[in-house]
Amino acid sequence: MSAALTIEGLRVSIGGREVLHGVDLTLEAGRVHGLAGESGSGKTMTGLAVLGLLPHGSESSGRIEFGGRDLLRTPERELDAVRGAKIAMVFQDPSTSLHPMLTVGRQLTEHMRHHLGLGRREARERATGLLAKVRIPGPEEALKRYPHQFSGGMRQRIAIAVALACEPEVLIADEPTTALDVTVQAGILRLLRGLCDDLGLAVLLVTHDLGVMSAVADEVSVMKDGLVVETGARGQVLREPRHPYTRSLLDALPVPPGENSP
Amino acid sequence: MRSPLARFLVRRIVTALLLAVGITLVTFVLTNLVPGDPVAANLGQRALGDPAIVAQWRADHGLDRPLPQQYLMHLGGLLHGDLGTSQQSHRPVLDDLAESVPATLELAGAAIVVSLILGVAFGVIAALRRDRLPDHVLRVVSLVGISVPTFWLALVAFYVFFFRLQITPGSGRIDPGMTPPPHFTGLYTVDSLLSGRWDAFASAVGHLAAPALVLALYTIGLLTRFTRSAVLEVLGQDYVRAARAKGLPRRVVLFRYVLRPALVPVITVAGLAFGSLLSGTVLVEAVFAWPGVGQYAYKSATTLDLPAVMGVGLVVGVVYLVINLVVDVLYGVVDPRVRVS
Repeated sequence: MSAALTIEGLRVSIGGREVLHGVDLTLEAGRVHGLAGESGSGKTMTGLAVLGLLPHGSESSGRIEFGGRDLLRTPERELDAVRGAKIAMVFQDPSTSLHPMLTVGRQLTEHMRHHLGLGRREARERATGLLAKVRIPGPEEALKRYPHQFSGGMRQRIAIAVALACEPEVLIADEPTTALDVTVQAGILRLLRGLCDDLGLAVLLVTHDLGVMSAVADEVSVMKDGLVVETGARGQVLREPRHPYTRSLLDALPVPPGENSP
Repeated sequence: MRSPLARFLVRRIVTALLLAVGITLVTFVLTNLVPGDPVAANLGQRALGDPAIVAQWRADHGLDRPLPQQYLMHLGGLLHGDLGTSQQSHRPVLDDLAESVPATLELAGAAIVVSLILGVAFGVIAALRRDRLPDHVLRVVSLVGISVPTFWLALVAFYVFFFRLQITPGSGRIDPGMTPPPHFTGLYTVDSLLSGRWDAFASAVGHLAAPALVLALYTIGLLTRFTRSAVLEVLGQDYVRAARAKGLPRRVVLFRYVLRPALVPVITVAGLAFGSLLSGTVLVEAVFAWPGVGQYAYKSATTLDLPAVMGVGLVVGVVYLVINLVVDVLYGVVDPRVRVS
């Protein structure tokens, strides 16, 4: 297994206040890396930093190595060729991350046409295939519809299809199941896991839900106050946590992890 | 996609027609509620002393019949394009309006086009350069535009640019020595273009510039403000970040992802602004001696020329209806959730 993306000593400060104090993470192709921690611990900021989408007025240092270069030192224009094409992102709430006024087809094909230079027909055919892959019924029809005509779970599947459209190597999923009903969460996680296995994607799964984590992650990192306090294989971190913070997170769960994992 | 939009359109148009009938009723009732006797306003001192003449005059103008009947007569006339005869000009109200309405539409139309272009552009620039110099400058400009009273601005502009600097032509729609272009639409700028009269076109545009800009300043300020806050709100939306995460070019993100949703509130405000702009024309027309509806309305109201007042009321009401219709249709065009639901 080779490292698809390596984060080393990532520091981020927003408006002069440091929120990440040197984060180290390694993502590997075909593996799901879970990033856990309470809100405000810096999980989302880590994900956004990879794509260079940190909020206005933030500064970052350290290294984010991908494809032989440091993304933190890549000019904006070249970064645009990586965003969506090599590294894609799925956001927390699909009801706000899909544009309400553009058809699903438009949102699914525009970056394919831009990054891959596909024609309209080609892009549409590929989009139909993608929707089928994420199990949207009637993909042909779905292309002409708008996001509000789908359920929350369907929308997240569409958002995942959008993220996968250009066959990226790395997928950053920021709390992809948090805004969804518990009943559809499992389906989305299974989908992510399957895509990771089939396409050899390196997935960074950001979540505060250790139950989600134990269900799909291969490796787990736990963040607290802008630092990764523990990293390791899922079984090891969740069964024999070394850091007291991880232990307290686990103790807060109603059911011990591992007992409901597949 | 076509058929829901068509259905949406038909529904809006039917509503608009019903409202138009409502407008005729309201203008009629309001005009007749006015405390003031049109007889006293129109007949001379000696004629008023003679009951026979007064009765004759009332009968001639249908004022001796019950109000509901007067309204039906009024409606019947409207259907035949008869808005009655002005008691002042002794010409059909329709003919008077045919002269003054295009003049006002040209003025208000030019003002709204200028305000839409500048207001939206300013608002977008201010939002994208938030808290930097362009933003501060544009916010001051918009505050000034909103705060300065239009009539005062009209007087100052007329004094400074015509009287002092002499860079704008004087009052009216065209140079006094010049024959107006042949009548196609009644809009001098359009008519002179259609007939290839370049001299008339230049003169018409010159005369239009100052009053239209004066009229537009308020709406520019208003639209700048609303566009700025609308764009700022959209810029913070998840779908804009998602679009950037897809690596789309900045230009595409701005025009496709940001501007479109930001336009929804702007359309609402633009529709309202057009209304305030129309009422602003009364004062601007007075200062620039622009022979438009504003002046006609003022003259008719002060002489209690009821058919003329009703005619103006009807025209203004219909213009509002059309604007609202356009606004509603634009919502449907911009936001698919309005038509597909």
